[in-house]
Amino acid sequence: MFRQTDRHFKFDWVTIILFLILVVFGWMNILSASHTGTTINYLDISQPYGKQLMFIGLTVLLIIFILSIDAKFYERFSSLIFIFSMLSLAGLFLFGKNVNGATSWYGIGGMTLQPSEFAKAATALAVAKYISDLNTDIRNFKDQIRIFIIIIIPALLILLQNDAGSTLVYGSFFFVLYREGLPKIYLILALALVSISVLALKFGPILTSVLVVIFIVANYFIKKKKPVILQPILTAIACIVIAFGIKFFYQNVLQAHQQDRISLWLRLEKDPQKIAQMRRDILYNLYESEKAISSGGFSGKGFLEGTRTTGKFVPEQHTDYIFSTVGEEWGFLGSIFVIIVFVLLLLRILRLAELQKSQFSRVYGYSVASILFFHFMINIGMVMGLIPTIGIPLPFFSYGGSGLWGFTILLFIFIKLDSNRINEW
Amino acid sequence: MRQILLFISIIFVGILFSARLFYLQVYQDNTNNLYEDNAIRKVYDYPKRGFVYDRNGKLLVSNQPSYDVMVIPREVKPLDTLEFCSLLKIDKEQFIKTYEKAYRYSPRLPYVFLPQLSKEDYAVLQEKMRKFEGFYIQKRSLRNYETTIGANVLGDIGEVNQRIMSKNPYYKMGDLIGMQGIEASYEKTLRGVKGIKFIQKDRFNRNIGPYKDGKFDTLPESGKDIKTTIDATLQAYGEILMTNKRGGIIAIEPSSGEILSMVAAPTYNPNLLVGRERSKNFTKLYNDSIAKPLFNRSLQGVYEPGSPFKLMNALVALQEGVISTDEKITCYAGYKYGNRFMKCHCRVGTRNDMVHGIQESCNAYFATVYRRILDKPENASIGINVWSNHVKSFGLGNFLNNDLYVGQKGRIPDRDYYKGIYPNTFYSTYTISNAIGQGEVATTPIQLANMVAAIANRGYYFTPHIIKEIKDETIDSNFTTPKYTTIDKQHFEPVIEGMQHVYTHGTAKHLQIPGIEICGKTGTVENFAKIDSTRVQLTDHSIFVAFAPKNNPKIAIAVFVENGYWGGRFAGRIASLMIEKYIKGEVTRTDLENWILNHSLEEEYAKPYSGEPFDINGKTKLQVIPTDEANKLKEQIKKLDS
Repeated sequence: MFRQTDRHFKFDWVTIILFLILVVFGWMNILSASHTGTTINYLDISQPYGKQLMFIGLTVLLIIFILSIDAKFYERFSSLIFIFSMLSLAGLFLFGKNVNGATSWYGIGGMTLQPSEFAKAATALAVAKYISDLNTDIRNFKDQIRIFIIIIIPALLILLQNDAGSTLVYGSFFFVLYREGLPKIYLILALALVSISVLALKFGPILTSVLVVIFIVANYFIKKKKPVILQPILTAIACIVIAFGIKFFYQNVLQAHQQDRISLWLRLEKDPQKIAQMRRDILYNLYESEKAISSGGFSGKGFLEGTRTTGKFVPEQHTDYIFSTVGEEWGFLGSIFVIIVFVLLLLRILRLAELQKSQFSRVYGYSVASILFFHFMINIGMVMGLIPTIGIPLPFFSYGGSGLWGFTILLFIFIKLDSNRINEW
Repeated sequence: MRQILLFISIIFVGILFSARLFYLQVYQDNTNNLYEDNAIRKVYDYPKRGFVYDRNGKLLVSNQPSYDVMVIPREVKPLDTLEFCSLLKIDKEQFIKTYEKAYRYSPRLPYVFLPQLSKEDYAVLQEKMRKFEGFYIQKRSLRNYETTIGANVLGDIGEVNQRIMSKNPYYKMGDLIGMQGIEASYEKTLRGVKGIKFIQKDRFNRNIGPYKDGKFDTLPESGKDIKTTIDATLQAYGEILMTNKRGGIIAIEPSSGEILSMVAAPTYNPNLLVGRERSKNFTKLYNDSIAKPLFNRSLQGVYEPGSPFKLMNALVALQEGVISTDEKITCYAGYKYGNRFMKCHCRVGTRNDMVHGIQESCNAYFATVYRRILDKPENASIGINVWSNHVKSFGLGNFLNNDLYVGQKGRIPDRDYYKGIYPNTFYSTYTISNAIGQGEVATTPIQLANMVAAIANRGYYFTPHIIKEIKDETIDSNFTTPKYTTIDKQHFEPVIEGMQHVYTHGTAKHLQIPGIEICGKTGTVENFAKIDSTRVQLTDHSIFVAFAPKNNPKIAIAVFVENGYWGGRFAGRIASLMIEKYIKGEVTRTDLENWILNHSLEEEYAKPYSGEPFDINGKTKLQVIPTDEANKLKEQIKKLDS
């Protein structure tokens, strides 16, 4: 077993260094966003920055633990891990603690633990395991359904705990499935669903239906090889049903604050007084975070010098809105740096995933990249006002032990799998 | 395709975010300036504004506290509005209106509910203030004018406007700045430098502590006191003499250029422009387009100087050597040039040398002299420039560049000035009116006083100024270095001799002051007004310039009384009285004083606006004011002496 002796050098150090940069820089910004007064006691665990430092310390132990377990363990026990994780989610309905309207936490002593942060890694393992099974063919409709079920179980459990943001993250598995051969029709359906939804909300279901019918008819006549006439008719009916359905969904299923967010994003509300009211009420965070970011200018106000950060102008700044601290104190240069580090990390994981010889490792790696990408896109997009408010953390950056550990486990299992790829022939 | 979907998505999102960041942080104009950061509250600490004293140390302007009632709408609890309104002396309607305004401005921020309470109202209100939660009293500092004199000299302060704020970032909303007079010209000295505290705010606009432990905070620097050159007693005396008249008095100390008094009539009580009534009173003064109390006639009034300007022509003639002091010129009760004739009140055949020419103010004498000056070079085009340069060396025809906030250039023409009217040929006769101080020449009273000061000094002057002393500062060297005229010293004596003769034998014979050798010159200036677009002649302006004593002069003075008729009538009397008051400290010619106090020109000023035809000059009857009013003025003068 001579290959085992130099295994420390087989870890992908580029990924590890990018990870470290994000964690350290993230902690610096948590310090900025949460410190009060003039003296800073780094070990004061009554303060978020002190606690986070402790979490980071524990993360190191966690990493050593993950990397020292045999790589085969993760594949072999993935189903068990998944089941355990789902049980922990389900257990929340019995023992969960309600924080800010979401029942996503277990209270252990003075600490809280959020199982949904760990469920992502568990789901990724389960998906990888199922797809890499020799009997699975993703082009097979039955298998597709089974995979969907695997993904929908945690998504549904989390949704029922009133954490819609974290539910959306499970949409990232689409990238994975598509990569592994999910038929193109799903991509088309997904794009169609999104565009019809947006159109139906923005311009109303009737106009949308008319547009869709025109599009389908035109498409039918342009095509040289005409399909059966029934197909476009059914498609059109489906689209119209979706258009009206989404309107119904928006009005009757979504909660008021979710409606408002979408309504502001799509500029559905016309009454300027009501818009102003909505902005004050629900876009307050966004307004302040955008202002903090732009006040940073090109080079920023300097570490611990952000006046809007010090004045706690941005609510939740050390958690979901942590990027606004980067924007204010480190300016354009610092923000671009963070964007670049994230993009490099994602691309690195993507590349490593493609290099994997085992399908399990590849699918898992792809899931890691997809999940991190979703978080990155939604969080920073939200903080900069590009997408409606969806509260999910920025990986490795945002304050919170569960989040940090969840992402660390997610990433380092892959680093472990990757270090093992030489062993797999 | 399947492999690159995520790859493309990542790259796309990365670029999108970078673009958004660029837009937010670089493209949008973000000034990273502490002063413009609305997360930092700037609290200003206003220093005490400097006091203003007269030349003898008498306090003219100080400060008084003023009390603003402030409100923070969110903190207001239900209150007894009836009681509150009666304390503030407002009605309920105004209370509701102001409160709503304050609420609309911001529920959380302080708003001036009622500005500038009187001390009495404050005393009553303060006792009961604790009953009205959300309201409090904020102290501010206002100007306090110790006397009623010198409104035009002292000026006033007012709140800065948008234009000032955009020009000078030192000033913020609600700051006070000197608007006129000394307050404006010595604004920087008087105001000091305000201190600033930077306070970190949170998102509820609450203070959470000093920003960076007060690292950038500054302490206020007190404004400096100023000692002016004004003699308060003389100024007050001049203002009383000018009651019911329009015009100006400027008195200068020739040996230093210090302005002893600067009266512009009509004047107003400077305390009118302080406090709650300020804007109402200002509008009233501003809109008085007939008497124009805000128009500083002694600095801004541009008039034809009339006969006093003959002194100037005499000096230039001597310097240019076109006449000797002994040469006699015959007056034919006027001066004939070409086919035209300039009248003079000398008898036909009078022969005047220079001293008598000045003494009798002979028009023929100065017309002759003026033509000789212009015709000395090969043509009058060069001659008039030579003449113009000599005259301008006395500070005429240009801004004096002093420390007074307003001023006018006046006008001393040269060849270029006449290019438009006489493009080709130019003869000395064309501008003959300049010989007697009419025509194109025009001066302000302060320029005329300065000219007299230069004559009194025999050839130089100090730029007239209002500042005497600023603690720990030397005053502008522009005011302490003499400016020499182009006339040699020896040429002044004959002219001064003539001026003395004006008092001893001439047009001011009845104005002599026992024990003081005064040198003066009367002036009577025709003037016209446009009434319904026709040119109508009004009663002449009365002008007088003088200095005294003849040797080692202490005061040079120019007096200008609009429509006062001949020079010795109003202006001369006033000049003599001012000189006596200043040099002796008391007035022995009470006959002159009584005459001035008893007579008013208000009827004269009302004539052009009456819409009816009217008489001027000799045909008018002088208005006598009621005895009790005149006595009131006498009382005021008595008070000055005590």
